[in-house]
Amino acid sequence: MMSVKKKGVLGDLKESLIQKIFQTSGLLAIIVLLGIFALLLYTAIPAFREVSLKEFLTSSRWDPTSPEKPEYGLLSMLASTIMVTLGALLIAFPVGVAVAAYLSDVASPRVREIVKPVVELLAAIPSVVVGFIGITLVGPMIAKIFNLSHGLTALNGSLLLAIMALPTIISISEDSLNAVPISFVEASLALGANRWQTLVRVKIPAALSGIIASLMLGMGRAIGETMTVLMATGNARAFPQGFLQSVRTLTANIAIELGEVPYYTTHYYALFAIGLVLFIMTFFVNLTADVILEKQKRKLQ
Amino acid sequence: MESSYIAIPEGQPKIQVENLSLSYGPKLVLKNISLVIPEHRVTAIIGPSGCGKSSLVRVLNRMNDLIPEARVEGRVLIDGENIYDRDVDLVALRKKVGMVFQKPNPFPKSIFDNIAYGLKIGNHRSRAELEQIVERSLRQAALWDEVKDRLHQNALKLSGGQQQRLCIARALAVEPEIILFDEPCSAIDPIATAKVEELIHQLKKDYTVVIVTHNMQQAARVSDYTAFLWLGELLEYDRTEKIFTNPANKMTEDYITGRFG
Repeated sequence: MMSVKKKGVLGDLKESLIQKIFQTSGLLAIIVLLGIFALLLYTAIPAFREVSLKEFLTSSRWDPTSPEKPEYGLLSMLASTIMVTLGALLIAFPVGVAVAAYLSDVASPRVREIVKPVVELLAAIPSVVVGFIGITLVGPMIAKIFNLSHGLTALNGSLLLAIMALPTIISISEDSLNAVPISFVEASLALGANRWQTLVRVKIPAALSGIIASLMLGMGRAIGETMTVLMATGNARAFPQGFLQSVRTLTANIAIELGEVPYYTTHYYALFAIGLVLFIMTFFVNLTADVILEKQKRKLQ
Repeated sequence: MESSYIAIPEGQPKIQVENLSLSYGPKLVLKNISLVIPEHRVTAIIGPSGCGKSSLVRVLNRMNDLIPEARVEGRVLIDGENIYDRDVDLVALRKKVGMVFQKPNPFPKSIFDNIAYGLKIGNHRSRAELEQIVERSLRQAALWDEVKDRLHQNALKLSGGQQQRLCIARALAVEPEIILFDEPCSAIDPIATAKVEELIHQLKKDYTVVIVTHNMQQAARVSDYTAFLWLGELLEYDRTEKIFTNPANKMTEDYITGRFG
């Protein structure tokens, strides 16, 4: 007769060990995140021994290497970041949602099989390559169209970031459009609605929170992007006046200055403070996106 | 096999299905079906699971068009017009032939907006007109008294039975001539079922009703005519009373007496 009793404790031990390993890897992500936050905070705080928080957040003059009076205001760079990001989303969001709607509603399965991987491949292009395209192709085109001396402008950065945010917006929006139950679509069609009306009045409203989440995640991507904007936007320190001017974003500023700054100086610490600001911005944008997506899941059970 | 095609003695024919075959890819789902559905009567379609009864009602408002590999042969005449003709306006067809689905499927919108949906996508109407039609439809679906104080609440908060009556009201609002019910009570409780059946009984005064059901008592209670479908073939079609008391086909008899199904 076969016994159903456990043979020895080895099996138990193995199981608990495996569980521990998985648990640790899960915790590791949280530990790394907290560690980065702690490091940023720790290295940023000394900056405020010499710079007031008020100056840091409200002054638009950033000139840490000035021999007379170094200045540490991030406002113009913050404005540049926001401007370039919003510009990117203004382009990427409508296009992304339209592509998502096309993929989920109109495209034949064959077309979808080709377009989806291509869109996802777009996310795999290294940012330095996108920046390169900005310098050699998109920038000169902007210069030509608007008759500028050069095309390294906020608009250039926005266009490139739009391309980089597109895959996120498309795939998350499409997922949430596909998650709309077919029964809603059938109900709409059975009432005499055409496909366009069904898309606009039933599918998109039902998928709206997912679509908004895709916007937020795209925003997170755009805010944090460094290499592309560094290469493409000209990096002028002045407060941004418009999309046809060169701007310097927070990320670009860190990348430009951190390589040359003397360690453990106020300038060095201030760059970490900028990093902290970026961290907090992207953290909250991503968190909001997660909360919205979770809500959507519950709404459509 | 020769399909049993019977002429309906009383009543005006509303829908005439002629030599209809439906296939999904290589799979033949409906085989050479012919039947006449009379106006202002309730016609039930019964049969075991997978016999093609849902597919048959979905032919009548061309819902099968959603399935890319679905192919239809034969003709379906509604008021003498073949709805599979090239020049048929699907929007007009589906306004004329409303449908209530198996699982209640209200939109995640307010009760009011659910009913008004079919009206808003059509002609533009004034707010007052919308309100009037919403009230009339909800009254027809015997739901008005239960929801009149919370028309702007989300429809998904209603109970399953209320949701199904809301779906009926929503179908009625666009003033169809025919209403298709695809197992409308399979997802709701017995009390709600009784309400829906009562409603179907009322509806036949003004509408032509086709109902698919796997519940034979339901077919016996609500319908005037019953079609028995088996493996995609129409085995018998007659007055409900005749089908349930004196079926001509041995298979029909076995099915309704519960020997298989």
